[in-house]
Amino acid sequence: MIDKFVATVDAALADVPDGATVMIHGFGNAGMPSELIDALIAQGARDLTIVNNNAGNADTGLAALIRARRVRKMVCSFPRQTDSWHFDAQYRAGEIELELVPQGTLAERIRAAGAGIGAFFTPTAYGTRLAEGKETRRIGDRDYVLEYPIHADYALIKADRADRWGNLTYRKSARNFGPIMAAAANCTVVQVRETVELGELDPEVIVTPGIFVQRVVRIPVTLQKAA
Amino acid sequence: MKKLDRKQMAARVARDIPEGAYVNLGIGLPTLVADYLPKGREIILHSENGILGVGPKPAEREIDEDLINAGKEPVTLLPGGAYFHHADSFAMIRGRHLDYAILGAFQVSVNGDLANWHTGAPDAIPAVGGAMDLAVGAKNVVVMMEHLTKDGKSKIVERCTYPLTGARCVDRIYTDLAVIDVKPDGLHVVETVDGLSFEELQRLTGVPLRRLATAA
Repeated sequence: MIDKFVATVDAALADVPDGATVMIHGFGNAGMPSELIDALIAQGARDLTIVNNNAGNADTGLAALIRARRVRKMVCSFPRQTDSWHFDAQYRAGEIELELVPQGTLAERIRAAGAGIGAFFTPTAYGTRLAEGKETRRIGDRDYVLEYPIHADYALIKADRADRWGNLTYRKSARNFGPIMAAAANCTVVQVRETVELGELDPEVIVTPGIFVQRVVRIPVTLQKAA
Repeated sequence: MKKLDRKQMAARVARDIPEGAYVNLGIGLPTLVADYLPKGREIILHSENGILGVGPKPAEREIDEDLINAGKEPVTLLPGGAYFHHADSFAMIRGRHLDYAILGAFQVSVNGDLANWHTGAPDAIPAVGGAMDLAVGAKNVVVMMEHLTKDGKSKIVERCTYPLTGARCVDRIYTDLAVIDVKPDGLHVVETVDGLSFEELQRLTGVPLRRLATAA
């Protein structure tokens, strides 16, 4: 019997080694798997390469992982925010590496990894400093930049509901990077609000099919509404 | 001469967005355009983080942390709206499906180069977000900015001195002084604010402008 449910976040992340590349889902706080990130901090893996759109907000989640000095390199499109102080301080001190990637190129590089694509040409960033040193090609009447996929050892994802096969649904704009990161990692670990029996998820609305998911942990939370 | 304030600029841009358009509004000044879209026109707003049909800001008790825009502010979804993942969202942008991207800018050059992501300061932490994708992807790339810097220099320049977001990508510039089209043969002034002559705009702008037959 296939059963991807894991009892605890700690058990789900026990084997993450030092130096791993870890994709962390979420755009700001929407979709950010906070409980999995806390477990990764407790687990202790270091020298991590983290892929996320941002570089952490305030003091929790990804920002806490950076504050704990577990991150060697950030791959992201928008590190600088009003509350990204932990990343900012380490970046200015030369203690964390940054690979800055335009947001659409970041998404497509992640998608390409999951889809088995070797590389692709994109018009984004042509003629800018983010394309410096990269191979370019004129195709038809446009210029393109060659970009390579981003593979990960682990993806940490927050979804809404899951069954024991790992089929997932998401909630509103918390979907963002989840479906593409799930496909791009060797081991995709998902925290969900609710687990359900096989057959309870409408097959027409499953967004990430279970083939892309290895482990699922239920984190019961009341749907957050600001007071 | 009466400069447009930020709200008037937003209203001026909004007036030109046609019925049925799919539009992405950049963070900052362009976000204001949403408040001035003409009533009775169906215009669908796109957000990079996977939303079509972005609706107005929710009331405090309706805020949902799973429903935010690209500026990470709480939003709502209009009836008919849809959610999708990031790769699909940028396929819409890069694949030329969006009718308009409305972006802020530090500088625009006479040939339509756009600089809006980096001041070039050596100690600045760079952040680009979706700006470079929007610049190459939307059918119409529209810039909204003040005409002059705080010390009176034109933000429309011969060559951008800030790092580029995209080359030859801007189609139209809305400023607090004028509306200007970027065409292969140069910058065409579409209109100027009340009390501003073409000659005075030319003097303030520095780079050569062309007068449209219909412009003041």
